[in-house]
Amino acid sequence: METPFADSPWTVWAVFTPMIGAVAAFLWPRRAALVGCLATLATVGSVFWLIWQVAQLGPQYHAMGGWGAPLGIDLHADGLSAAMLLTTALVGAGVTLYATAYFQQATETARFFWALWLLLWSAMNALFLSGDLFNLYVTLELVGVASVALVALAGNSDALTGAMRYFLLSLLGSLTYLLGVALLYGAHGTLDIGLLSDLVTPAPADWAATGLMVAGLSIKTALVPLHFWLPPAHAAAPAPVSALLSALVVKTSFYLLLRLWLELFPVTAPGFGQVLGLLGALAIFWGSFQALRQARLKLLVAYSTVAQIGYLFLAFPLALTTAAATAWAGTVLFILSHALAKAAMFLAAGNILKFAGHDRIADLGSGSPGIALSWAAFGIAGISIIGLPPSAGFAAKWLLLQASFASGQWWWLIPIVGGSLLAAAYMFKVAGLAFLPNDQGDQGDPKAAGARLSRRMKWTALGFALGALAMGFATPQILALLDSGTPFAQLGAVGVL
Amino acid sequence: MTWNESLPLLVLASSLVPGLIIFCLAEESKGLRTALNLVGVVLKLLLVAVMVWGVEQGQSYEVRFPLLPGIDFVLRADALSMFFALLSAVLWLATTIYAIGYLEDSPKRNRFFGFFSLCVTATLGVALAGNLVTFLLFYELLTLATYPLVVHRGTQVSLRAGRVYLAYTLTGGALLLAGIAWLHALAGNLEFTAQGFLSGLVQDHSAALVAIFVLLIAGLGAKAALVPLHGWLPQAMVAPAPVSALLHAVAVVKAGAFGIVRVVHDVYGFEVVAQLGVAGPLAAIAAVTIVYGSLRALFQTDIKRRLAFSTVSQVSYIVLGTAIAGPVATVGGVAHLVHQGLMKITLFFCAGNLAETLGIHRVEDLRGVGRRMPWTMAAFTLGALGMIGVPPMAGFFSKWFLASGGLDVGQPWVIAVLIASSLLNAAYFLPVIWTAWFRAPPETWPAERAPARGETSLMLLLPTVLVAASALGVGLLASMPFSPLQWVGLIVDVEYAP
Repeated sequence: METPFADSPWTVWAVFTPMIGAVAAFLWPRRAALVGCLATLATVGSVFWLIWQVAQLGPQYHAMGGWGAPLGIDLHADGLSAAMLLTTALVGAGVTLYATAYFQQATETARFFWALWLLLWSAMNALFLSGDLFNLYVTLELVGVASVALVALAGNSDALTGAMRYFLLSLLGSLTYLLGVALLYGAHGTLDIGLLSDLVTPAPADWAATGLMVAGLSIKTALVPLHFWLPPAHAAAPAPVSALLSALVVKTSFYLLLRLWLELFPVTAPGFGQVLGLLGALAIFWGSFQALRQARLKLLVAYSTVAQIGYLFLAFPLALTTAAATAWAGTVLFILSHALAKAAMFLAAGNILKFAGHDRIADLGSGSPGIALSWAAFGIAGISIIGLPPSAGFAAKWLLLQASFASGQWWWLIPIVGGSLLAAAYMFKVAGLAFLPNDQGDQGDPKAAGARLSRRMKWTALGFALGALAMGFATPQILALLDSGTPFAQLGAVGVL
Repeated sequence: MTWNESLPLLVLASSLVPGLIIFCLAEESKGLRTALNLVGVVLKLLLVAVMVWGVEQGQSYEVRFPLLPGIDFVLRADALSMFFALLSAVLWLATTIYAIGYLEDSPKRNRFFGFFSLCVTATLGVALAGNLVTFLLFYELLTLATYPLVVHRGTQVSLRAGRVYLAYTLTGGALLLAGIAWLHALAGNLEFTAQGFLSGLVQDHSAALVAIFVLLIAGLGAKAALVPLHGWLPQAMVAPAPVSALLHAVAVVKAGAFGIVRVVHDVYGFEVVAQLGVAGPLAAIAAVTIVYGSLRALFQTDIKRRLAFSTVSQVSYIVLGTAIAGPVATVGGVAHLVHQGLMKITLFFCAGNLAETLGIHRVEDLRGVGRRMPWTMAAFTLGALGMIGVPPMAGFFSKWFLASGGLDVGQPWVIAVLIASSLLNAAYFLPVIWTAWFRAPPETWPAERAPARGETSLMLLLPTVLVAASALGVGLLASMPFSPLQWVGLIVDVEYAP
């Protein structure tokens, strides 16, 4: 099909537009917010164009500088990359909008936020488009560094402690991964995933490399029992940063794990998949119980992320033979739905915190109309987190359930459904507060500077929540996008169960 | 999209859209809110009436679009769905008028009416759902939309009741989801089909089918308040009276009962249910629930709690009629869907009138109230007599068909259950009626709010009298065309066609 700009390298623009924005925001700190908005527009535009290309024309490749692998750097976008780029663009656009209102004054925090956030976006997009193990390491490290700096932005002792712990664990994770990469390079002499996938054998060195890479990426994805760095870091960050971290950053390392699992690692590793699945189930229960126990709203939301990450790992044991396409499609859908819903929850929690001046659950009240929209956003996001229809969270869980029946492992429905019930328990523990009468609980902190929330902050949170709810109706379109190119095409269409 | 395709969507939109607008209104804009409510109510009733007429003429109304791999979002009108939809539309009209009068000057009316409209949207969705996933979608939406209504008052008691309600219904929803997902994996089809679509699987997968049946019935039974899953219903009594009326007559418990009817008739088919040997246990659970609910009602001193346990008992008539495979019993059970709805909503409106006007909450305070509020108590008497099953009230016909249906298929024990239940009904309703009409009134009422004139506000009295009259009417006119009983004949013809 002949289209305008069809030969233009939108893969490159998706990476470099936010990068240029980051540099500009750093150079013109007074205009950082404006630069941020423009860069967001341009990035979203290029990403959407790229996604459209992938959907219409199939996978896109670009050899940077015309060198090509194995000498040069290849960028390529298939259905899986497109889904991740889409998630990032949706969440990114909303967070940019929110942040323009959240960081009202052009403080130093605000200036650094824009530069760091755009850098993070660039790094994430690069990660989704890279097909080379070392580039992936570099982008992974960039994502980690930018995230740590964003957590530290809040500047108080909680944030600095959280950031420091996050930094150390993130470094441990990426170094473990790098060790695995080094082993593979030593054994096979190339870093390109496509080339390596033909060379990898079930030999001891490759097994060790696989183990190291999976372990490193699991640390960065905060899989229980290596999750302990996540709640303090995500809870202490400013609201837009919390949203970015929980919605997107933890998913980047998971995406990498998923891609390596599908394209590189020896497929004859059922025991390995079972272990990851068990840890995922453990994460669902442990994270949910911890969320129930929390006394602070943002910590509750952060532990909910720990629990929800568990769901991503359930697909590893489920993805057997005919059930594989269903299981992975459910997982990608879960990433998308959780990203929107969790962004909504963190932004709503940020509004509530700003309004009340604290986020102690026991002292929160709701009555006042000034905060009603944020409670609504929190509640509607909860529908997707619990996984009730018609949300995308439901569609994702439905596919996981179908995969567990189709692969003959019905017992995985216990964590899938049990996690939903626990999520309902911690969601309604908070949502019930919204129904307290007007004269109970806090009426907003008159001394807090931001007690009057801007309309933009309320509606962004609500927009994410409604998006997560409505996304369920777009399930067929998203699944169709996923089928474009490897790795999903080789698994067979999801529609055929 | 053709007219026949868009009609089911319009039926849902006629309450969804007003509800969403009401959420955005200012609390003071009472006139606009009332107008929106009434326009929605009337529009919905008209649309449903058109569809009822069309279905009777053999028209088909269906809309579908893909939702999940291999699964569509389907809304479809058949005889059974229109039966429930018409009940919901009519009772929503009555309840909306009642609620406008009841909530006069109370805070947070936007929130109330917004969720009220969502609740009715969900109920209509449950009625029109054409497959199990669409059913589940609206079934869960119903849970979410009723929670804010149950906790509306925001007191600690109501918040606790809300938590109990969610614990039961969401767990039920989870079991239902598990059952539906399993069924899809096994059968690859979830469309409601007359006489079921599973007969081909009985040979090889009977154990799995039984397990799925248990999951589905447990999930639906949580809302239908089958013993032992009834615990939330008496607690949910703390909700405002119109909510209780809606919960007991159309929305929540009925959605559960309706779902059981759907599963038995249109998923499994009564023959498969009999082959699997699950009909007997289901009938037994229904019978136990009928007797247990009546027994517990006998010992309640709070009027609304007594009515709540009465609901536990009465809703299981529907389940009983469904579980006894046989056309006559099915007529009794399905007709009771409407009969119980009309009678129970009457009783709850009356309880609300008594509490609002005179502050009466307990049975012993009813002494002589018949003289103070004759219209309300007359309505209450009609409803109560119907519940006992006195001819020519609607409740009599339900029990008559259930009993003869039981005899038809050689299960005479059904009659014993019905007699026991009717005696118990009489034992807990007749003293109330006696106290209200024949004992001397006290000097002062517990908390009287004197209305300008008449026994209570017209907005409360009018819906009460109307629903009582229709509870009488459907009994008196049971053999007229379009009466519930005749319409059920249409449903049964399809389900038991050779």
